[in-house]
Amino acid sequence: MKPDGSASVLRMRGIAKSFAGVPALKGVDFTLRGGEVHALLGANGAGKSTLMKILSGAYETDEGTLEIDGKPIVLRSPADAKRAGIHCVYQEVDTSLVPHLTVGENIMLDKLASPSGDRWIRWGALHEEAARVLERIGLPLSTRRRVRDLTLSEKQLVLIARLLAEKAKFVILDEPTAPLSLEEAETLFRIMEGLKRDGIGVVFISHRLPEVFRVSGEITVMRDGQRVWTKSRGETDMLEVVRAMLGRSFEEEYPKMEAPIGDTLLSVRGLAAGTKVRGVDFDVRAGEIAAVVGLVGAGKTELSRLMFGADPAERGTVTVAGRQADLGSPAGAIASGIALVPEERRKEGILVRESVLHNLSLPILRTISRSGFLSGAAERRHGNDTVTSLGIKTAGLGQLTAYLSGGNQQKVAIGKWTATDAKVFLFDEPTKGVDIGAKSDIFRIIGQLAQQGKAVVYLTCEFAEALGLADRILVMCDGRIVKQFKRGEATQEDLLYYASAGREEPS
Amino acid sequence: MKNRILHYTFQFGALAFIALVVLFFSLYNEHFFTYSNLTDILRSISIVTFVAIGVTISLMVDGFDLSVGATMSLSTVVTAALMVWYQMPLIVVLIVPLLIGAAVGLLNAFLIVKIRIPDLLATLAVMYIVNGIHKTYTKGYSVYNHMPLQDGTTAPGEMLKSFLWIGQGKLLGVPFPVILMIVAVVCAHVFFKYTRWGRQMIMTGGNEEAARLSGLRVKRVRVAAYIASGVLAAIGGMLFAARIGSGQIDAGAPYLMDSVAAVFVGYSVFAAGRPNIVGTFFGAVLMGVLVNGLTMMNVQYYTNDIIKGAVLVLALAVTFIHMSRKKT
Repeated sequence: MKPDGSASVLRMRGIAKSFAGVPALKGVDFTLRGGEVHALLGANGAGKSTLMKILSGAYETDEGTLEIDGKPIVLRSPADAKRAGIHCVYQEVDTSLVPHLTVGENIMLDKLASPSGDRWIRWGALHEEAARVLERIGLPLSTRRRVRDLTLSEKQLVLIARLLAEKAKFVILDEPTAPLSLEEAETLFRIMEGLKRDGIGVVFISHRLPEVFRVSGEITVMRDGQRVWTKSRGETDMLEVVRAMLGRSFEEEYPKMEAPIGDTLLSVRGLAAGTKVRGVDFDVRAGEIAAVVGLVGAGKTELSRLMFGADPAERGTVTVAGRQADLGSPAGAIASGIALVPEERRKEGILVRESVLHNLSLPILRTISRSGFLSGAAERRHGNDTVTSLGIKTAGLGQLTAYLSGGNQQKVAIGKWTATDAKVFLFDEPTKGVDIGAKSDIFRIIGQLAQQGKAVVYLTCEFAEALGLADRILVMCDGRIVKQFKRGEATQEDLLYYASAGREEPS
Repeated sequence: MKNRILHYTFQFGALAFIALVVLFFSLYNEHFFTYSNLTDILRSISIVTFVAIGVTISLMVDGFDLSVGATMSLSTVVTAALMVWYQMPLIVVLIVPLLIGAAVGLLNAFLIVKIRIPDLLATLAVMYIVNGIHKTYTKGYSVYNHMPLQDGTTAPGEMLKSFLWIGQGKLLGVPFPVILMIVAVVCAHVFFKYTRWGRQMIMTGGNEEAARLSGLRVKRVRVAAYIASGVLAAIGGMLFAARIGSGQIDAGAPYLMDSVAAVFVGYSVFAAGRPNIVGTFFGAVLMGVLVNGLTMMNVQYYTNDIIKGAVLVLALAVTFIHMSRKKT
């Protein structure tokens, strides 16, 4: 708040930003007033995070101006933004806190680290001041607890408390509720109310529309790097927001290959672990492609890892062709007939410092070796066959996979499973970072797998892909399957509506 | 064109350097490039090569085994004690140290894979423990034929002739340890190049998580690697006992340094940039050649370490410059 009691106003005008010639933001206006919660909405890739990174000084804007209370400001670094009173709470709270220090020290970190601060640390005063901040936002937490012992939501709140201690005027909360339980989110909303009362302007980014409509006064929707509109809460509703986020969705052409659908091959029952996957049930038949769609953070990746034995499940079973799968380890899951093409391609899908040949043969080393000795001929034959049938563009089998394009790397990550006995294929965001040409190749490969009678689970946040490719779509939100659609039953709007928790919250 | 020259420099630079060093010593001293001296060099590096292959295997799975020196020391004194104190038959003398090496490897693997202590720290701790065990076992004395014992008597046994032949004998004019070394290098190379388990170790070291998600039982692979490392260090210890004819305490300490140096010099051979058996062998050869040649030049032995260290720095510099160039 300004000395005279009126609220500060932050204005962004005509903000534009390109990366390597590709525009991410095209002339965006955004206004944030002190004492309001302003929701910023948009589908993945709409430009929300880029805009907020410019506001928090992480990126420099190419065009446009920023001003606070009519005075232009220039933000070249996060430190500049902080000096201007703009703070950001990112999702990865752990990177911003020092785990082995106390809550009090973390809240007062800026003062402790500042070169202009006192030469001596007065511990009593420090904890007192930190406690005053915690009291102001209504957080009952001892300032002497170690941050590493806190829950994730408590850490988030400690970060917010730190912003207050640093006299923040504008705060960006980037999907703060994604990892929180309902009660924890309630606490956060209460504290956001406190920020509002203190005259602080809050940008609230969230994928969950019900909570957006609960806590925000203003709503701005972005799409394709542009602002669609800004309205106050009373002037709009969830359906209008969903429509604005998607725009006139041009449906991409996807070659849907017809495959005969057989008996149930995969059954998932009550699969759960932690807060990310909270009891998932579904079946997939032979030859069927089932898409699991959801927003980022809905628990899709976690679900796929549980089904593959990559992470331990707390509850639940996976059955493949009538036999319960061994989820103790990926090796067990593979033996049970499950294959996973993971999202983190370069870290988990392939070994980038190994050759195409060695990557492709990795899951079938046993089949191509006799009494422990690898057959070089069999390995090369398999490598050549896979490269040809999947259309992997590589200088040769000996090429390191690090030097392949994203799409060809993905084909290697898929190709290594095609010669195994896998009956169930899990694809986690297989088109991420893949160019258009390779994308349609990947869809063709997936279609062929279905035609061979495999059960395919396709996990994605790209709704258009799910609509084009899948026989059935399961919508996932907050670790649960909340809705099922048959092919042709749903539109992108429907999917986004359910994926954004567009239904009554279970109480 | 310039790139091609650079490429060949990195590819064959290490081998050219070895050739250059050999040429230099040959010109300097006429006794250097003789059959007896060259076999001498090979014999002198046979022990370090065994230990270095073990270290290579631990690095292959993206780990590190610092305990190999201590394991070698323990194996040396146990081998000698079995003969001198307990008068055991040859077969027992050959098997027990191997079991001890495997046990140390298993302990390392347990700490690293199960308890999840980082490799360097776990094997450092085990190095201390095993060092202490081998000195406690011999009460700080080396073990030799008919040595006086604590109770005033002398030890009953002596080192078996057949055992000493392993370290000192010759087969067709070639020292037996050299033959053992060459067999070990070839076997280890074949293991990593042509067997499923070798491939599994390489892939596990390449990216443990990706290997796990491809269905490898990466924990088992890592356990096997540490056991192999321990066993190879134990073989090094046995060879040392056979060579010297007694159980020296602390025999393995310098071998840890030398074997690690050989392995990292090996990174630069053929621009591999990663642990590899052939490179390790050439690394050991280079170190052996340097020590032998410098000794002939009457360079004091304590100066050798400076030169060994400088060569290691050179090899590492070449490797890492090459690797960062490849990235860009």
